[in-house]
Amino acid sequence: MDYTQFLAMKQEIGLLTVFLLVFLYDTFMPRGAQKSLPVISVVLMLALTALGFCSCSLGSAHNTVAFAGMYETSPVISAIKNILNVGVVIVLLQSISWANSEKMAVRRGEFYELLLVTLFGMYLMISSRHFLMFVIGLESASLPLAAMVALEKNSYESHEAAVKYILTAVFSSAIFMMGLSFVYGLTGSLYFENIYFALTGELNSMLVIALAFTIAGVGFKLSLVPFHLWTADVYQGAPTSVTSYLSVISKGAAAFAFMVILAQVFGTLYSQVWEWMLYALIILTITIGNLFAIRQRNMKRFLAFSSISQAGYIMLGVIAYNAMGVAAMMYYILVYIFSNLAAFGVIGAIENATGKVSMDDYRGLYRSNPRLSVAMMLAMFSLAGIPPFAGFFSKFFIFTSAINQGSVAIYVLVLIALINTIVSLYYYLLVVKAMFIAPEESVIPTFKSTCSERLGLWITVGGILVLGIVSFFYNSLLNLATDSTMSMYFIG
Amino acid sequence: MFSNILIYFVVIPVIMLALLGLSRDIKQIRAVAVTGSLALLALSVYVLLQYLEIRQVDQVSPMLFTDSWSWFEPLHINLAVGVDGISIAMLILSSVILLTGSFASWKIDQPKEFFLWLVLLSTGVFGFFISVDLFTMFMFYEVALIPMYLLIGVWGSGRKNYSAMKLTLMLMGGSAFLMLGLIGIYYHSAPDGGQLTWNILEIAKNDAIPHGWQQFLFPMTFVGFGVLGAMFPFHTWSPDGHASAPTAVSMLHAGVLMKLGGYGCFRVAIYLMPYAAHELSYIFLILTGISVVYGAFCACVKTDLKYINAYSSVSHCGLVLFAILMLNTTAMTGAIMQMLSHGLMTALFFALIGMIYGRTHTREITQMGGMMQIMPYLSVCYVVAGMASLGLPGLSGFVAEMTIFVGSFKAGMADFLAGAGSLRLVFTLVACCSIVITAVYILRVVGKLLFGPVYDDRHRTLTDASWWERLSTATLIVCVAAIGCFPNFFSDLIKTTFSPEIFRVLGM
Repeated sequence: MDYTQFLAMKQEIGLLTVFLLVFLYDTFMPRGAQKSLPVISVVLMLALTALGFCSCSLGSAHNTVAFAGMYETSPVISAIKNILNVGVVIVLLQSISWANSEKMAVRRGEFYELLLVTLFGMYLMISSRHFLMFVIGLESASLPLAAMVALEKNSYESHEAAVKYILTAVFSSAIFMMGLSFVYGLTGSLYFENIYFALTGELNSMLVIALAFTIAGVGFKLSLVPFHLWTADVYQGAPTSVTSYLSVISKGAAAFAFMVILAQVFGTLYSQVWEWMLYALIILTITIGNLFAIRQRNMKRFLAFSSISQAGYIMLGVIAYNAMGVAAMMYYILVYIFSNLAAFGVIGAIENATGKVSMDDYRGLYRSNPRLSVAMMLAMFSLAGIPPFAGFFSKFFIFTSAINQGSVAIYVLVLIALINTIVSLYYYLLVVKAMFIAPEESVIPTFKSTCSERLGLWITVGGILVLGIVSFFYNSLLNLATDSTMSMYFIG
Repeated sequence: MFSNILIYFVVIPVIMLALLGLSRDIKQIRAVAVTGSLALLALSVYVLLQYLEIRQVDQVSPMLFTDSWSWFEPLHINLAVGVDGISIAMLILSSVILLTGSFASWKIDQPKEFFLWLVLLSTGVFGFFISVDLFTMFMFYEVALIPMYLLIGVWGSGRKNYSAMKLTLMLMGGSAFLMLGLIGIYYHSAPDGGQLTWNILEIAKNDAIPHGWQQFLFPMTFVGFGVLGAMFPFHTWSPDGHASAPTAVSMLHAGVLMKLGGYGCFRVAIYLMPYAAHELSYIFLILTGISVVYGAFCACVKTDLKYINAYSSVSHCGLVLFAILMLNTTAMTGAIMQMLSHGLMTALFFALIGMIYGRTHTREITQMGGMMQIMPYLSVCYVVAGMASLGLPGLSGFVAEMTIFVGSFKAGMADFLAGAGSLRLVFTLVACCSIVITAVYILRVVGKLLFGPVYDDRHRTLTDASWWERLSTATLIVCVAAIGCFPNFFSDLIKTTFSPEIFRVLGM
């Protein structure tokens, strides 16, 4: 075996190193030093992220395939990994005060270790070129998450959420593998490339079932409607740090992996089958996510439904099926990470200080905690796609990329999505209304959030303000995507 | 980048935002607001003078001061600016109203937040009028819309929550259609194989949008902007929104923001898609014709001063869109004049209503009377605004409406004689009725509110206008009279800017 192949996996190895260091620190350091574990993991993760951005060290400057074609890395793939890393750094930063709280005292290390393992699984999902590899990634990205959801030992909801999560996760993996076995039966291979070229023949019903099962399996991770039923309960029950991780990182990775599978495995079936499957899924996801979000009073449930509909918008980049779509989707994920983490940052800060998570408690928040309210408002505006905040640009570009596909059906789809943005604007404005307009005295007293929470909010709010107006981010993603070999799969 | 003078229309508001963020007390806030809007006014007058000077030499280019900086390069999105006489007229209008609006909100609660939102709104407005790139134009358009939600929600009165939400959602709904239309225009902006572009001037020059697509994209963009221009079935946000908004916001919204709708319909929908404009104008003529008359009738039966004026705005702004759809130079000139005239006089109305309401705490005309004896200055201003609104010669309304109706009648007769149907002619006659109806509701208010016996004795102790109120109203009256007395200056300014592309649209 040629061991130099491992050099292709530099980002994975880096992540593994971080994991091992955290693990060793957690295991061997005395109890007194444990309090600094959160900060250490933030620093390590930050170092990994920084190294990832220099293509000379960890990132990959060109396409590399390793392990007999089971693993691939390319500039686009390392870019999405870097984007996820940035999100993880912010999540870790925001979780410091929660991880150092009384109730987490004995399980602090577990949170970081499990989180890093799931991130490793997501890396594998994104990079895999073979379904076995993909399944390993999928499982290691799903199962530890159930343990993370259950981290708050004394909370009934946390346990309920974990059970719900693990049952649906296992069930959807089973369906996914059922689909895989069909694919294997039809094509005799689990390599993406072999399947791609074997599927040029005529359509048969088994293939459609295989495709539907595969989409259902990944659709669960992305919480696309109708595979979304676990989302609200899990988001509500899980600790806020875990919820924010679930809603942005897990979702972003799954979205990218989903696109890779659809393009690189089933690309030849685009116009025949999955364009229309996705068409229906997108409309359902956006509409139902939005309609259910309107009625939510619990902020975490509210963001759960909002994130369901956001996943629908992300899928527009997949249905676009061109290089612009890839870029727009990655950019959307980046912006979504910042906007959603800003919202979760505020929710987490308020929850840590007062334990309140209901939207009704946010009434009059501007008078007691003006800075938190402004951060929350910017997050809501960015999620709703209001300029000059980053969300506007990501929405505009994802619509532009979808319409580039050119068919009349896409115009109709984009119109439906656009009308849905009005519904979403309504419920995002409900939060703004509660904070700024409601006349009541706030039930949340004025409090000072911790240093790490404030830093996390400053970073996310800075991202919301900068990511859109500064065109560098989108332009470089688009250039990456246009140059990438992934474009060769877009045969339309 | 900063060598182009137009960019300062965005830079100054951004600096104002920063300074407002730093200011500590109400005096600093007022100073920033007034200095900033004076600077904007000076800038727009300077641009006007420069424009007139250059125009004497260069009569070919459709726009002057054009410049373009690459922004999202792979998508061909540029920050492209440029102005012609129409945009300059709109810039002057906006800065006048921003200035008077700042004076009108001299004693507002939470001044810092209020002015932050107000200035953010005007950043959007100024950016919109100087943009010639569809993307940046749309971005500024939405920047101008969203502050309304908080301005009405926080500082408004009456059913403010309902109105603010309704207004925001309806306008954003319009912009959803608009966004689809704009992206569609982009993908058809070049002849086969050519370079796609968002630049309005290039799209107009290429004239490449296929006719079939025009018929789909024209309604999208026209409805998108038409919602903001209070076109008939989509006008319902306007009365509620204006009635609930605080004074300065009503002024800015009716005076400037609704002009974004008319300007957008003209600059995007008609300018870029002349074929569809000819084909489909009849649908929108009917809708805007209904706006004109229906708005006027509604104003006749309302008793709340703000509602009366809001419906009158629906009627007058409907007339702007109506005239644009006539597709001839005279009516088009009239439409722009009407935008100016309506912007100024409706701002004056809302300012006066705000001042009266601030004293009497009621806007019901049945609860007031004899104001002429109590506050003569404000009452005289109100009469002047009313006269401008019903089209008294010498004031702006007359000039604008006269031009519009002459133009429309010309277009209608031309259609009729060419055997192209009598729809334009019939609707011109219908729209003409609005002049009479306007007179009815204006005189009704003036009679009930200003003359006759004092209705409520508690009102006798009220004071007349303070110095900042006088300043604000006097500025507006001077502007209204200026348009009425020197109409040729304005119509030449507008007409000279009708570039070859526009003449092609108009079929001249």
